[in-house]
Amino acid sequence: MSTEEKKNAEGFGTTGHSWDGIEEWNNPMPRWWVWTFYITIIWAIGYVIAYPAWPLINGATSGLLGYSTRAEVAAQIAAVDEQNAELREKLASVDLTTISEDTALHNYAKQGGAAVFRNNCAQCHGSGANGIRMGSGYPNLLDDDWLWGGSIEEIAFTIRNGVRNEQSDDAHINDMPAFGDDWLEKAQIDQVVNYVLKLSGQDHDAGLATEGATIFLDECSSCHMEDGTGDSTTGAPNLADAIWLYDGDAATITETVTFARGGVMPAWAQEFNPGFGLSDAEINAVAAYVHQLGGGQ
Amino acid sequence: MAILEKHKILEKNATLLLVFSLLVVTVGGIVEIAPLFYLENTIEKVKGVRPYTPLELQGREVYIREGCYVCHSQMIRPMRDEVERYGHYSLAAESMYDHPFQWGSKRTGPDLARVGGRYSDEWHVAHLANPQSVVPESVMPKYGFLLKAELEPGYIDELMSTHALLGTPYSEEMITQAKADFAAQADPDADTDGLQERYGEASQFGSPAVVVRNFDGKPGISEMDALIAYMQMLGTLVDFSTFTPDASR
Repeated sequence: MSTEEKKNAEGFGTTGHSWDGIEEWNNPMPRWWVWTFYITIIWAIGYVIAYPAWPLINGATSGLLGYSTRAEVAAQIAAVDEQNAELREKLASVDLTTISEDTALHNYAKQGGAAVFRNNCAQCHGSGANGIRMGSGYPNLLDDDWLWGGSIEEIAFTIRNGVRNEQSDDAHINDMPAFGDDWLEKAQIDQVVNYVLKLSGQDHDAGLATEGATIFLDECSSCHMEDGTGDSTTGAPNLADAIWLYDGDAATITETVTFARGGVMPAWAQEFNPGFGLSDAEINAVAAYVHQLGGGQ
Repeated sequence: MAILEKHKILEKNATLLLVFSLLVVTVGGIVEIAPLFYLENTIEKVKGVRPYTPLELQGREVYIREGCYVCHSQMIRPMRDEVERYGHYSLAAESMYDHPFQWGSKRTGPDLARVGGRYSDEWHVAHLANPQSVVPESVMPKYGFLLKAELEPGYIDELMSTHALLGTPYSEEMITQAKADFAAQADPDADTDGLQERYGEASQFGSPAVVVRNFDGKPGISEMDALIAYMQMLGTLVDFSTFTPDASR
């Protein structure tokens, strides 16, 4: 449609547009670009035939390849499950006390357990399993101070059933009374706190501690033992060491005695958490991981 | 070519160009969007999915108000790594009563689609009040003020009526009992038979029992109670031990 017989060196005319005397050459698109464009159209036709595409009355066309996101993810999970099936099966039924003898299985359990731990346990116990910080109320799993026992089987039991939850009937439960509730006088609490400070080797008032010893024997020793070293069968913490679940200073111990403590841990077994709970293999794996962190007994 | 000559009319007339552009986009929109409203495979019915209880709905309002969706998604995509980490991928039905949905598009924090039941209420209170106290490396802001913000059921029934208008199956009874249900869910000593009957196992939805607890551990109903009630039910409605996904969807 060029209005004049004007032609450039390649022999193409102008588009005929003219603005203030400025004209535009009617050069064709580069060959490679045009062909790429045609190929994308052909590709799109092929794609529509092979993959789900057009919406119809009841559903979309399913495509010749029968692709579906759900089927794909199911296949991927099945493939990995199959790859690990042997190890997982062994792990689910292994005798935990002898797991360290099977190096391959133990390595698999430690690695897999670490992943399970980071995803499910780190939120409370910290990503380094150190209980976030001392006195946070979340137990440190790196030391050998265990509330409910530190053998690998006891650890697995605690993971499976948790502590003071409503999910598992076998959850660890103990119930420290709030001694501030018409039980001990404020002065008596002060005395027993000083005795606990003495037990754990901290600065204390010797006079108050002596008074507190009797109260401790009457009120506390049935769970925390006479020497205050606790009892892992009832989950009574050791009060005679320097490790504190809640801080070990006089103010915090007074709060603990007055109002009591009772942390909660979910029961992680699948049967209590349909959908996201841990399988037997995963529980054994994370137990093996926690057990070898340093404090396992 | 004649058609190109006619096209010139559009190119030279801005208003006409706009009108015809809109027409072209409309066709694309109808083809892509309209079928989603009637295709059976986008509106798969799943047992257990129920509308939010009044307290959960109020908690969801807090969730939206505080912009939680800016950093947390509620959409587990069907990919192996996500399924391994968060649990079963999200189903469309699980957010069918979400107006608006909270799928989100960014994960500064983790996905929350299945956070329900994963942590104790105590953990949630500690974490919301001071996230760094339980996750030292967290960049989440503190929401301790939720504990002090007392909640009145206020206009909860009107809110539910609005949701009913949008298609959420809130019955007359659910709306008239809204304020009672609101208070009952945060009170372990309350009579919750009505609440369970409307939203729990005996309800038309076949959902798991509604979790009734004093979520924040403090007297009264605070925004913290509502938010935790909402989070503790997220992703817990469908029993995946009995749910078989239809692979073609």
